Amino acid sequence: MSRIHITTTVNGEAAEFLTDPRETLLDVLRNQLGLTGSKEGCGTGDCGACSVLLDGVLVSSCLVLGVEVQGKTVETIEGMATDGALHPLQRHFIEHAALQCGFCTPGILVAAKALLAQNDNPTETEIRYWLAGNLCRCTGYDKIVRAVQDAAAEMRGAA
Amino acid sequence: MRYHAVGSFDEAVRISASATGVTRFLAGGTDVLVQLRAGIVQPDDIIDIKHVPGVKDITRRADGGWDIGAAVSGVELGAHAALCRDWPGVVEGMRLVGSTQVQGRATLTGNLCNGSPAADSVPGLMAAGATVSVTGPEGARVMAVADIPKSPGKTNLKPGEVITRVHLPPRGANGGDSYLRFIPRTEMDIAVVGCAVNLRIDGDTITEATVALGAVAPTVMLVPAAGAALVGSTLDDAALDALVIAARAACRPISDKRGTAEFRIEVAGVLARRAASIAYARAKGETA
Ligand SMILES: Cc1cc2nc3c(=O)[nH]c(=O)nc-3n(C[C@H](O)[C@H](O)[C@H](O)COP(=O)(O)OP(=O)(O)OC[C@H]3O[C@@H](n4cnc5c(N)ncnc54)[C@H](O)[C@@H]3O)c2cc1C
Ligand code: FES
Ligand code: FES
Repeated sequence: MSRIHITTTVNGEAAEFLTDPRETLLDVLRNQLGLTGSKEGCGTGDCGACSVLLDGVLVSSCLVLGVEVQGKTVETIEGMATDGALHPLQRHFIEHAALQCGFCTPGILVAAKALLAQNDNPTETEIRYWLAGNLCRCTGYDKIVRAVQDAAAEMRGAA
Repeated sequence: MRYHAVGSFDEAVRISASATGVTRFLAGGTDVLVQLRAGIVQPDDIIDIKHVPGVKDITRRADGGWDIGAAVSGVELGAHAALCRDWPGVVEGMRLVGSTQVQGRATLTGNLCNGSPAADSVPGLMAAGATVSVTGPEGARVMAVADIPKSPGKTNLKPGEVITRVHLPPRGANGGDSYLRFIPRTEMDIAVVGCAVNLRIDGDTITEATVALGAVAPTVMLVPAAGAALVGSTLDDAALDALVIAARAACRPISDKRGTAEFRIEVAGVLARRAASIAYARAKGETA
């Protein structure tokens, strides 16, 4: 099986890896680049635990081949805190206890960040639809929605 | 498995035509990767069309119609305000596909070529009279979207043929379209029934109407009798009743965990009535 050499940018830094064309971006992130924050909940696009940004677009990394990211930029949960300071979304998730086992949390944070990048004041309905592809089996979604709303308010300078 | 990031559709056709094993074109990959992972389809050659110049373009033709590149995603379609104004039903069908994450990747072309009887964007395309440009080993041709589906998971594309663009006709004056589906929850499920209606009015009278149904037969299909039931009417109760009867009469559904055949037939009529009312209101400029 011939492996393909891929160069890409992950969380702002140049990255390279050798991949079997069958491998998904999620496998590459976790097994080759040591970025285990993105989780595999289903492997079939249903749960959102593997959410990343690919050239700024929210995608499920289990539905992207590793070879497809040649020359692109990938942003994962590992890039969310800057210089050790948690992102407002991360802080509000902790404050609201918007997580229990935490398996869904990286994907939800990445997805919520993508929402706030294009809508700094989403309604509850908008948040729920945007996150409909992020499944959580423990927490229930109310705390998650409230954490996103509070983070949005803080980021707007309203809190 | 070999991965080919081709720079032209001719190259895609060349690779596909000379391949001896299982080949898959790769657009958004939201069906291809799921099938790959599940072991349902193990391609020997994957041909990624996303690097072909122009595949992400949405352009209005001189005649007022639209050309949509084969790799335009649901998000990109929904972000195009002028296209959404012209063909809200086509766009809302595509926008129902999957989650935000799936929308970032999934395409009209992939939805059509995957061949699901429940494909959400296909009824709207058929009702709109959409066509596709196809390139293959024997040259190029244009096909109606309505002629693409063959049976569940199968299309009438010949081996090696690839879709390069989707074409929507000019919207023209006083037209409206709409798509509705029924699923047991509000998001993230497969249509139990889908229905698209596209019509044109003159004053209050419907002059043209096309109805397509999904998930009630082996393929998405046009229902000419349902469209005919509306033409000449002002969407009065008699016309709507005739529409419902014609839509239900066309259904040949299966029963599965999402719904029985009887339920699907019932719902097909309900959705046809509602979709026609929305399309009519849009044609009158009453709603977006
Ligand atoms: C979580 C999840 C939820 C989903 N929900 C829905 C839903 O609600 N409704 C729905 O209808 N679908 C749904 N789908 C299915 C899927 O997302 C859609 O069918 C989507 O539109 C496929 O587009 P794609 O670009 O990802 O196709 P791909 O996976 O890239 O391709 C699909 C098929 O089309 C072929 N193909 C691709 N491009 C071309 C081309 N240019 N010429 C010829 N053949 C081509 C491929 O070889 C393959 O056989 C869902 C999928 C997932 C994972
Ligand atoms: S692991 Fe990718 S969506 Fe579930
Ligand atoms: S906290 Fe456990 S799945 Fe969400």
